[in-house]
Amino acid sequence: MKMVKSTLAALTAAAVFGLAGTAHAGPTLDAVKKKGFVQCGISDGLPGFSYAEAGGAYKGLDVDVCRAVAAAVFGDATKVRYSPLTAKERFTALQSGEIDMLSRNTTWTSSRDGGMGMNFAGVNYYDGVGFLVNKELGVSGAKELDGATICIQAGTTTELNVSDYFRANGLKYTPITYDRSDESAKSLEAGRCDVLTSDQSQLYAQRIKLAQPDQYVVLPEVISKEPLGPAVRRGDEDWFAIVKWSLFAMIGAEELGVTSANVEQMAKETKNPDVARLLGAEGSFGNDLKLPKDWAVQIVKQVGNYGESFERNVGQGSELKIKRGLNAQWNNGGILYAPPVR
Amino acid sequence: MTTHTFKPDLPPPGKTVGAWAWMRANLFSSPVNTLLTLLAAYLIWLLIPPLLDWAFISATFSGTTRADCAPGGACWVFIKERFGQFMYGFYPTEERWRVNLTLLIAIVGAAPVFFKAMPRRAIYGIGFLIVYPVVAWILLHGGVLGLEQVPTTRWGGLTLTLVIAAAGIAGALPLGIVLALGRRSHMPAVRVLCVTFIEFWRGVPLITVLFMSSVMLPLFLPEGMSFDKLLRALIGVILFQSAYIAEVVRGGLQAIPKGQYEAAGAMGLGYWRVMGLVILPQALKLVIPGIVNTFIALFKDTSLVIIIGLFDLLNSLHQATVDPAWLGMSTEGYVFGALIYFIFCFGMSQYSQRLERKLDTGHRR
Repeated sequence: MKMVKSTLAALTAAAVFGLAGTAHAGPTLDAVKKKGFVQCGISDGLPGFSYAEAGGAYKGLDVDVCRAVAAAVFGDATKVRYSPLTAKERFTALQSGEIDMLSRNTTWTSSRDGGMGMNFAGVNYYDGVGFLVNKELGVSGAKELDGATICIQAGTTTELNVSDYFRANGLKYTPITYDRSDESAKSLEAGRCDVLTSDQSQLYAQRIKLAQPDQYVVLPEVISKEPLGPAVRRGDEDWFAIVKWSLFAMIGAEELGVTSANVEQMAKETKNPDVARLLGAEGSFGNDLKLPKDWAVQIVKQVGNYGESFERNVGQGSELKIKRGLNAQWNNGGILYAPPVR
Repeated sequence: MTTHTFKPDLPPPGKTVGAWAWMRANLFSSPVNTLLTLLAAYLIWLLIPPLLDWAFISATFSGTTRADCAPGGACWVFIKERFGQFMYGFYPTEERWRVNLTLLIAIVGAAPVFFKAMPRRAIYGIGFLIVYPVVAWILLHGGVLGLEQVPTTRWGGLTLTLVIAAAGIAGALPLGIVLALGRRSHMPAVRVLCVTFIEFWRGVPLITVLFMSSVMLPLFLPEGMSFDKLLRALIGVILFQSAYIAEVVRGGLQAIPKGQYEAAGAMGLGYWRVMGLVILPQALKLVIPGIVNTFIALFKDTSLVIIIGLFDLLNSLHQATVDPAWLGMSTEGYVFGALIYFIFCFGMSQYSQRLERKLDTGHRR
């Protein structure tokens, strides 16, 4: 998700930056149309965000963004080829043109936006570092964690965030770092640490791994901002807009009550001008984006609106059972807000 | 005349035969040994029963979902349900016969090489080594002869592990032999080139090589040109391992007495025939343990491709454990993976020992 900037990363970034001016200024949309599929970079395995089922079909919240873009461009959400990427590979893959877009739970930060030659096309999940604790500890908030032993996954910004948070609040803690999430889960279970910390979205997955998940609780506090979203290469504004608006279409459709079940009917019968514009019944806003008129219809029909995707992959319809929280619509207690189609 | 008949031999004293005597001789011969034996027995008693309980007695073997598994025991249902993925990765189910056929051709095709009676074994062997990769590529990748194309990104599981290991072994051995000969060459240019090559590849870790091939190389290629990720990894593995093979083979070459070279030369043989007919057959036989050791290491090193996002056996296991339907199955997955790696590595080591015995002409002690 995030990596600590090692020298190697800095070198890579330098190489990326040096080449960014010359490489791939050409229109990605034409290239994508010519080859007939979107090459989408995803995670090499993250519960709920991108993972593969037994048959090899990729599923997840990040995967759905790739599918939405394919549905918008081709009218067919299956026209995606996936490149599972490790955290270290992802930026190079985008820069070198191996992939057309990156949808790999990547945190939107200023250095990535400014220095790495990429553009973030929005946020599809507002995440943050959280804590998973044993109920027996009787802790109800992060401020009560003074003196706790904390299991941290190595090599992520989680380490920095935790250290910042504890220093800022004048609390003491003993960190134990683990390389893999499985180890830290086992360690929490064995009582080697009191608290397990990671991005909140992953804590729910960690909790399932424990023998008695009900014994553990995710604390309400989130101590850092981790807005995760899809990204594209710099220098191709048309493609940038397509990815951005594919995501907005999913979010906007939920706000307007358009679902995969009713989208076709609404496209024909709606009286609501907002819905009519989104679904192409009024005007030709798809053409501005160099997309077919029914682009949003195809997205919602084949992938679903944001809420459907969320519940199916990480929410109540999945094993993870993550609550909407910040990721609810702006008029429903969250901060998701899609600009209007107009 | 009286005939003397010997009385039948008395049985050995009771104290020197049987299980008890064996134990006294081997387990309880001194106070220290007794202590060590008891300690070992205690450790075994501590470890084995819970392990057996976890792996067999409390384990769940039947069912189809995570919910069918009893807590406390191993959930082998996970392995059963995802077996196809572990073996073939995401190779399309209806095309998996092609993987099986590729393996079958390898076994059937390579078998004659191991029969002594077969005439022209060497020529057949070399021919097979050249033809087989082409056949395997056509079968696995498809796209011609009416076979559906299966891009390498869909290859995975044990299939991918075997592809990388086999290509690594088949590519690194000939290259390594050539490098070893080059390093001992009297031509300075050839020697310097080989030494530089070997020392460079031995000086960098494999993980860096893979990382470079996957992360840096694409940046240096011209726009729009992209190499297959698997191919990049394969080339990296072959170049890396060939340097190790070269050093192992060089050890064998150095063990051959100078007289052998001179005698072969005196018979009027040229360089390649001296090497091919006299030196290499002896040298390679000497270094079988070293070569097999390198191959076993290579087989296990294939799991490093996890860092460049290729789904070999280990990464397939890891990927299956992040499916929300099977969270928390990592122990079962890794135990299964370890078992498969062990079977292959132990098999290789056993074969090398057989080969050593077969080729034994007096060097063995």
